[in-house]
Amino acid sequence: MNNLVILPIAIPLLTAIILIFFARKIVVQRYISAISMLLNVIVAFMLIQQVYENGVQTLNVGNWPAPFGITLVSDMLSALLVLTTTIVGFAVTLYSFQSIGEDREKYYYYTFVQFLLAGVIGAFTTGDIFNLFVFFEIMLMASYVLLVLGGSKIQLRETIKYLTVNVVSSAFFVIGIAFLYSIVGTLNMAHISQRIAELTEFPGILTVIAVLFLIVFGLKGAIFPLYFWLPGSYYAPPVPVMALFGALLTKVGVYSIIRTFTLFFYHDKGYTHDILLVLAIITVLIGVVGSIAYWDIKKIIIYNIITAIGVILYGVSIATDTGFSGSLYYLIHDMVIKAALFLLIGIIIKVTGTANLKQFSGLIKTYPVLAWTYFIAAISLAGIPPFSGFFGKLLVIQSGFEANEFIGAVIILITSLITLYSVMKIFIYGFWGEAKGYNSEQKISYKALLFPAILLVAVSVIYGFGTEVVYPYISNAAETLTNPDIYIEAVLKE
Amino acid sequence: MEILVAILAGFLIASATYLLLSKSILRMIVGTGLLSHGAHLLILTMGGLKKGAVPLVNKEGLPVSDPLPQALILTAIVISFGVTALFLVVAYRGYQELGTDNMDELKGTEGNE
Repeated sequence: MNNLVILPIAIPLLTAIILIFFARKIVVQRYISAISMLLNVIVAFMLIQQVYENGVQTLNVGNWPAPFGITLVSDMLSALLVLTTTIVGFAVTLYSFQSIGEDREKYYYYTFVQFLLAGVIGAFTTGDIFNLFVFFEIMLMASYVLLVLGGSKIQLRETIKYLTVNVVSSAFFVIGIAFLYSIVGTLNMAHISQRIAELTEFPGILTVIAVLFLIVFGLKGAIFPLYFWLPGSYYAPPVPVMALFGALLTKVGVYSIIRTFTLFFYHDKGYTHDILLVLAIITVLIGVVGSIAYWDIKKIIIYNIITAIGVILYGVSIATDTGFSGSLYYLIHDMVIKAALFLLIGIIIKVTGTANLKQFSGLIKTYPVLAWTYFIAAISLAGIPPFSGFFGKLLVIQSGFEANEFIGAVIILITSLITLYSVMKIFIYGFWGEAKGYNSEQKISYKALLFPAILLVAVSVIYGFGTEVVYPYISNAAETLTNPDIYIEAVLKE
Repeated sequence: MEILVAILAGFLIASATYLLLSKSILRMIVGTGLLSHGAHLLILTMGGLKKGAVPLVNKEGLPVSDPLPQALILTAIVISFGVTALFLVVAYRGYQELGTDNMDELKGTEGNE
C-alpha cells in the first residue's frame, strides 16, 4: 500500500480540471501546467527510487483486497515509463508556449494535454485489464481532440480516419476482454496470470485471445500490417501535438503488448512469439522503406517511429533477459529522442516555412546551434556509440544472435544504416549547401523553442553516457518481465 | 440461450463491418454504433446468461446474476456514447468544411511530391 503510486495519475488529472476554469487566462494556464508537470517529474523520480529500494509497489484503490478491487501496480518498467512520459510532457508543454498559438490555447489545449498524460500514465500504472481499457479511452479521447483542435481541413479529414480506426480497435479490445473474462473469470492482471498458469494444458482458445490482443495493441502501436493509419494521422496536427503522439501514444500499445505477452501469454511461446517476431521484422522493413522514400521531413520522422516499434518488439519476441533489457533501454531512448526530433523539425519548419526538403538548404550558416543539436539527435537515433540508441540496439541484436535468430538481427543491423541515412538526408540537404529557401539576412528568434528540444537531447545524451548508472534499473525491470511471479506475489500477497 | 445471443452479436458485428467499409461517413458512424452494440452484447453473454435474481441486495438470499459484466457494460456504453457524440460532431464539421460525405474524396497527398 503506497499512495505515491497514484500521484503521477492524480496530478495531471487535477491540473486538467483546474485548467478548465482558467480557459481565457493564457498566462495562468501556462504557469499552472508547467509547474504541475515539473512536480510530476519529481514525483516520478521518487517513485522510481522507491520501487528500486522496496520492490514492486502496489495500491489497492479503496482498500478492497487484490483480485476484487482495482489495483494500481508500479513495477520498474512502468515507473521508468512514467518518468519518461513526464519528462516528454514537460518539454512539450514548454515548447507549446511559443508555438501552439493563442487560438488553440484559449480552447482548452493545456487541459487536453494534461488529460492525455493522465491517460498514458494511468495505462502504464494500472493492474486491471478493464481499467487499462478505460485509461486507453481517456488517452484516445484527449488525442482525438488534440488532433482536431484548430479545425483545419487536413485535421478534420485525418481525425475522421483516426477516429474510425480507434473506435474499431476499442470495440475489439472490449471483445477480447469479454472472451478472457469468460475463461478466467477475473479482471485483475496478476490473478488472470495465475489462473492461466493453472490451466495446465495451454488451451487453443487462449492462443486465439493472445492473437486478438496482439491485433488490438498492434492497431494502437502501429505494427505491420496495422500501421496504415499512422503516417496520415500524425501528419495533420501541429508540431507539439505530433511530438506528444509520436513519443507516447504508440508506446502505450507497445507497453501493453510487453505486459500481456510477459504476464498472460508466455506459455505457448512457439506460436505467439513467432508471430510477434515475424511481424516485428516486417515492421522494421516497412518503417525504413517509408523513411527513405519521402522528401518531407515530417514524414521521414513519422516512418522512423514505425522502425523503432519493430526493433523494440523484436527484442520482446526473443523473450530472454538480454532481449527485454535491450527493448526497455531502446523504448525509453526512443520516447525521448522522437519527441526531441519532432520539436527540432518543428523549429526547421518555422524557420523555412516548408516541410519539403528540396526547397531549402544551408541552414547551418545562420542557425549553427539548431544544426548541431539536430546532428546529435540524429546520430543518437541511429545508435552511434556512445549516444543513447546504441546500447539498447546492441542488447537487442545480441539477444537475437544468442537465440539463433540471425535473419532478424542482421536485418536490424542493416536497417540502422538506412535509419542513419534517412535522418542524415535532412542534415545534408537541409543544413549544408547554399543558403536558400529562407531569409538568411533576418534571423528568426527561436531560443524559446530550442530550449525544450535541447533539454530532451541533453536527457538523451546523459542517458547514453550514463548507461552504467541506468543499467541496474533496466535489469531490475527486465527481471520482473522474465519472472512474472514477482509481479503476482506483489499484487496478491498470499 | 448463449448461442442465440452469440449469433445475434455476430450478426451485429457483420453488419457493422459492412457499413464501416462503405463510402459515406454517416453509414460508418452507424456501423460503429452497431459494432459497440455487438461488443456489449458479447460481454453480457460471456459473463453467462444463467437465471438469477437482479443483482440487488435481496433478503431471501437468492442467487443473483453476475454483476461484474453489467458494470463493465455500463462503463463501455458511456465511453462509446461520448466517442460517438464526438465522431458525429467531427463528421458534421467535416461536412461543412470539406463539403463532402464521401470517404473517397478525403484523400491526402501531403509529402508525396
